[in-house]
Amino acid sequence: MRRTAITSILAVVAFTSIFGLAYPLAMTGISQVAFPGKAGGSKLTVNGKLVGSSLIGQEFKGRGYFHPRPSQTGYSANVTYFSNSGPNSVEEREAVRENLAAYVVLNKPYDKSLTKADVPVDAITMSGSGVDPEISEANAKIQAHRIAAVRHLSLSKVEDLIAAHTDGRFLGVFGEPGVNILQLNLALDEEAPLSANRGFK
Amino acid sequence: MAQGWLQVAVFIGVAIALTPPLGKYMARVFTGQRVFLSSILGPVERFTYRALRVDPSEEQDWKTYAKSLVLFSVFSWIALYLILRTQGIHPFNPEGFHSGPWDVSFNTASSFVSNTNWQYYGGETTLTYFSQMAGLTTENFVTPAVGICVLLAFIRGIIGRSGSGLGNFWQDLTRSLYYVLLPLSVIVGLILVSQGVVQTLSGASIAKTVEGAEQALAMGPVASQVAIKQLGTNGGGFFNVNSAHPFENANALTNFVELLSIILIPAALTYTYGKMVGRQREGWSIFAAMLAIYLAFVIVIIPAEQHGTPAEHAAGSPTKAIAGSTGGNMEGKEQRNGIAESALWGTTTTVTSNGSVNSALDSYTGLGGAVPMSGLGTSEVVFGGVGTGLYSMLLYVLLAVFIGGLMVGRTPEYLGKKIQAREIKLVSLGILVTPLAVLATTGLAVATGAGLRSIYQAGPQGFSESLYAYLSQANNNGSAFAGYTGFLQPNAPGNHGAYGISFADLLGGATMTLARFLPIVLVLAVAGSLAGKKVSPAGPGTMRTDTPTFVILLVGVIVLVGALTFFPALLLGPVVQSLTTRLF
Repeated sequence: MRRTAITSILAVVAFTSIFGLAYPLAMTGISQVAFPGKAGGSKLTVNGKLVGSSLIGQEFKGRGYFHPRPSQTGYSANVTYFSNSGPNSVEEREAVRENLAAYVVLNKPYDKSLTKADVPVDAITMSGSGVDPEISEANAKIQAHRIAAVRHLSLSKVEDLIAAHTDGRFLGVFGEPGVNILQLNLALDEEAPLSANRGFK
Repeated sequence: MAQGWLQVAVFIGVAIALTPPLGKYMARVFTGQRVFLSSILGPVERFTYRALRVDPSEEQDWKTYAKSLVLFSVFSWIALYLILRTQGIHPFNPEGFHSGPWDVSFNTASSFVSNTNWQYYGGETTLTYFSQMAGLTTENFVTPAVGICVLLAFIRGIIGRSGSGLGNFWQDLTRSLYYVLLPLSVIVGLILVSQGVVQTLSGASIAKTVEGAEQALAMGPVASQVAIKQLGTNGGGFFNVNSAHPFENANALTNFVELLSIILIPAALTYTYGKMVGRQREGWSIFAAMLAIYLAFVIVIIPAEQHGTPAEHAAGSPTKAIAGSTGGNMEGKEQRNGIAESALWGTTTTVTSNGSVNSALDSYTGLGGAVPMSGLGTSEVVFGGVGTGLYSMLLYVLLAVFIGGLMVGRTPEYLGKKIQAREIKLVSLGILVTPLAVLATTGLAVATGAGLRSIYQAGPQGFSESLYAYLSQANNNGSAFAGYTGFLQPNAPGNHGAYGISFADLLGGATMTLARFLPIVLVLAVAGSLAGKKVSPAGPGTMRTDTPTFVILLVGVIVLVGALTFFPALLLGPVVQSLTTRLF
């Protein structure tokens, strides 16, 4: 028994050193050399200032920007949790109903034919992470009308920008296409800056 | 939805294609033959034995094997608990976190040493990088290796020609770690980093968003942990929202690799098994039974999630697919994963003992949520945990052989070994420990005021959350209907003012430990009992176990045991919800 106990303790120490320290630290070293940008959080800077990460969504409220999905955390990237809204929950019904109404109110002035049935599900439900960087193509397409009007761009120009910031499926098979909101909005700011009126209501 | 089915088909195709090569490689490793890594790892392996003061050629009987395993796990638990309790003095602690509540640490230590990786804590808001690495990543490695050890001992019991030796625990442990888990983790980890999964020791970066708000981007040594979290059927996320977080699962490629990593080793071990018992068909017939149940679950869950929830429909959302959007229930799901990849993950993670999630299971439809619960209800023998899945499946195989033998009046034999009263008693106990633990703890949790404090949702969903919590913990899975809580953190991030719900933390911790190690000891006892038996040659009276008939019998036994045990409980939660459009 004593011998087994000593071996057990030695094994805990040895494997903690190898798998708990050497392995993650070596992986960090290799990653920092081989993929410095990706390993460090895919950061995006504008004029040398950190504005976010291309993988992490952020809040946009101005009419001149594409809006991300609703978030249970207000796009917190250091305190994440699920909405945990159940399938038969009254709160979920109310939240979806409000999101749906607000989406139509915001976009209908620019896209007269918009009805509730046209609103894609991603626009009115909360994502898993609360920092979903993407929206669906259908969602972007509806919002494009608003962006084009506010920024005085042609609809086709906005649609081109959407296409340029859409991530496709892996190997054409896996996952769903999505439009990266932060990158798209940064591209818009470069293309047609919102000057005096920054697009806020 | 056609795109969804295509994703499922290609995914399963890749998993099947990788089974023989990896299975063959592992068989060589575990039978002590040379592999291409031997020249590098051989000296390290031998040095390890010297450092641990063990003689790897020393055969252990089942009691010695079990004693080594249990003692090693006890000291692992103590080490992890101490690490979690001393956060204030840790290096690699850029956020300056102190330790959380003791009862949550108790739960977490039990959780990671039992390969459950149930999480009441939130990773990025409570743990230092040192705890994540030295504490949790270590256990992410050693616990699946322990699972493989038990499987190897069991296989040696089945094929043993004489004597009582089941191999050497320290050798099995070391080889599993060095030759299987480490190289695969390095490969998977680097793929993940190349796609944007973070791997850094820096603390959070504060960004000023385009509209002028502050956003703290929490990071850490994530990829190294996520790789083994997936490969070792561990499942505990670096971040609180697990693989829904883009820094933990960045895009469709990482999602595919992480999903494949869940099933890779458990699937390949069936091939290893066939190789080691010298009958490849035995391995494939077990694989077939697993695949059949897996497919049945996938066929239910994808349309269920595609349908949307009563709450969404009542709110006026049609949840139908339109051009440029998949439609369906996207509450708690990420756009880049969509319905199919989320639902496929939800199934894969619960039939195995992984428990990682890329979407919020608590927000699934009633029927969609019933699938992960049923996956847990099969005691995770459908591919299952690394090692754990196959040895649990072999208990069902022995039970099926016994029942089949009774039905046709033949002597129950498996691979030439007679299955007698002692084995069947131990097998039955081994199969029943987990379901009994689930029902007893769930009953306790919903019948006491202290238990009800953990519930988040009203109505049947609240019961589902409780049932799921104990299903998951007793099965060493770790996924959750995450509204259920045992930890409150009013000033997140950090542990200042945080407190645990002791009832949930302690009951859960005890359940995870018991339901991990009691079956392990019983399995090793069965192995010990089988090891000493003579091998009788197959005759006309032998029931074959490598035929489609046997596969059907095996699936029937698994479904029967699971359904008889859990159907009444499932009725009260997910079944009620899928039959009603009433909101609560």
